[in-house]
Amino acid sequence: MSFWNDPLKVAAGWLEGILTGWGMNAIAAHVLTVFLGVLILIVLLMVLDIFLVWIERKVVARFQDRLGPNRVGPFGLIQPFADIIKLIIKEDTTPANADKALYNLAPILSMMSVLILWAIVPLAPVMLGTDLNVGALFLIAAGAIGTLSIIMAGWGSNNKFALLGGFRQVAVMISFEVPMLTMLLIPTIFAGSMNMNAIINAQNVWYVWLSPLGALIFLIAAIAELGRSPFDLAEGESELVSGFNIEYSGMKFGMFYAGELLHAFTYGGFLAILFFGGYRFFGLEQVSPFLAILILILKAMFGYWVIMWVKYTMMRIRIDQMLSFNWKFLTPLSFALLLVTALMNALLSSAPTWLYVSGMILANILTGWIALEIARSATRQERERTEGIKQPAEVRH
Amino acid sequence: MSEWIYVALFLIVGLIIPIGAITAGFILGPKKPNPVKESTYECGIETVGPAWIQFKAQYYIFALVFLVFDVEAVFLFPWAVKLGQLGLYAVVEGIIFVSILIVGLAYTWRKGMLEWA
Amino acid sequence: MTAQQIIFLIAAIYTLASGVLTVTSRNLIHAAFWLISAFFGVAAIYALLNANFIAIVQIVVYVGAIAILFIFAVMLTRRDLRVSEHRLNKGWQIGAALAAALFVGMVSMLAQWSGFTKTADAFPTQFDAVGALGEALTSPNAYVLPFEVASALLLAALVGAVYVAFNPRADENSEAQK
Repeated sequence: MSFWNDPLKVAAGWLEGILTGWGMNAIAAHVLTVFLGVLILIVLLMVLDIFLVWIERKVVARFQDRLGPNRVGPFGLIQPFADIIKLIIKEDTTPANADKALYNLAPILSMMSVLILWAIVPLAPVMLGTDLNVGALFLIAAGAIGTLSIIMAGWGSNNKFALLGGFRQVAVMISFEVPMLTMLLIPTIFAGSMNMNAIINAQNVWYVWLSPLGALIFLIAAIAELGRSPFDLAEGESELVSGFNIEYSGMKFGMFYAGELLHAFTYGGFLAILFFGGYRFFGLEQVSPFLAILILILKAMFGYWVIMWVKYTMMRIRIDQMLSFNWKFLTPLSFALLLVTALMNALLSSAPTWLYVSGMILANILTGWIALEIARSATRQERERTEGIKQPAEVRH
Repeated sequence: MSEWIYVALFLIVGLIIPIGAITAGFILGPKKPNPVKESTYECGIETVGPAWIQFKAQYYIFALVFLVFDVEAVFLFPWAVKLGQLGLYAVVEGIIFVSILIVGLAYTWRKGMLEWA
Repeated sequence: MTAQQIIFLIAAIYTLASGVLTVTSRNLIHAAFWLISAFFGVAAIYALLNANFIAIVQIVVYVGAIAILFIFAVMLTRRDLRVSEHRLNKGWQIGAALAAALFVGMVSMLAQWSGFTKTADAFPTQFDAVGALGEALTSPNAYVLPFEVASALLLAALVGAVYVAFNPRADENSEAQK
């Protein structure tokens, strides 16, 4: 067993050997080693996060036909470091009437809710993350902490815009958690486990081929969970002037900002794990664990890029439109898809792979098409009914 | 239980890193507070009335509907894990379970509780 | 003391402290957040008992949904969220005496019990706890009826919530609200 085949085990064994050599308890040495491993992983994630700032700015510039940062360093690569230095040396203002404890806790919890998600991410065949048998629900549990941090920020700032933005964001998050939970059930059904490792190992056929509609709904719910456009009504620059994080400055704002970018990347990663085979790519993952990590990062980047693409293409929707879309369209559709998937899975369980896959794709397309037809006829009826009324409905907060 | 120790370590490090970053910002940044700087931001005008205002009840309704579906989905996870081995009758049980709640969603919809009026 | 017991003690003290702060906090929102913190402590205790599924459900349902519901309810119903009146009434001495008597009684009864020295048994390797739960919930010989009745119960909760909210008088009042 060499370092290049199983770097984690070799490094951990080496370190534990040194620590026990110093007369340390074996269990304590193990825990300390794992702690250092977690610390290194999270520091690497933060470094990645710094480059995500650069990637995000470059990509948005391209979408808007600009060049983006290109002065500081080659291709503007040093720009995010300049941003960080600026954020660190900014004054950290706290509004006079703020609820200090909640105000200060919110950015910390926001970042933590993102970082903790990486506890269940399998990076490579030999770097499995924690082997939690409730992995799919862990995603939702971490999201619950994120929701709390937004309520804290909105409440603690003592600002009307912040409270309004926080409330809206929470309404978006809890609404779209229903389709997301339902879509997490679909890989669970296919793999027969909620464990992320088991889900990856079971994907001899990527689940996106078995449930393309499921992957799409998961992506939509993920974008809503992130509070990104078209679901960024919590921030609404033109009406709420940045929403729940309006009163934050300096590094506290930086935590919200960096947390959002890393969160988007992380959801790209979970999209890859749940529907695109995680670190698997035609056996290449067996060559070297470093290659496997690279595959996972590239797939996560693809998901992240799609999320950015949607963000810079779609316009913001109103809260009533958002809630109608979720509760009257996406939630019934996701439950219908769940039941169709469960039924097809049971009916085709003994069929050969090609029949199984094509049957699943067909069932997905049919479900999506029927849902769109129903929605189309319903909206047509509604439009005819409200033809006379010209002024748009008043939206209250 | 050992897997939870790993999660707990993530929790601890996940708290240390942002706390460290914010503390660094607190130490390095200037601290010159004044009443105008600390006043509530509202696009340049003075705030009127308290910020902690009462909100419309619709948020509560959506939270209630969400709670019901959240619990439902949690019940469905053990069902989904064993679905592959259990065959058709378990699928039928799941269909009955979900259908009952879809009736609830339809009722809520008919009563106009899903409207943001 | 084993590491497990130390972790249990930390989690238990944390939960109890959060609970005490919930009832003594003067600010209702702070009380709600202390309650959420107590939920996390309970989840940690479930995790110690190897009940992974229950632990995660505790966070998903209680922190993710019920806590949000609490905060919404608190924010929607009260204009002033700081409690200014005394939180103890005249009967507090009797209440405290009863609680102390109950505590002493429980301790004296449980002092002889051998369960305190036990730790949670480890599951046999490859044991699929969630799968076993799923099998129990769908098997006709086990809990399939409670499983379906749970759905009906949730339906009842939903209908009840809608009925309470669907109040013509409330509609008139909401005109005056923000």
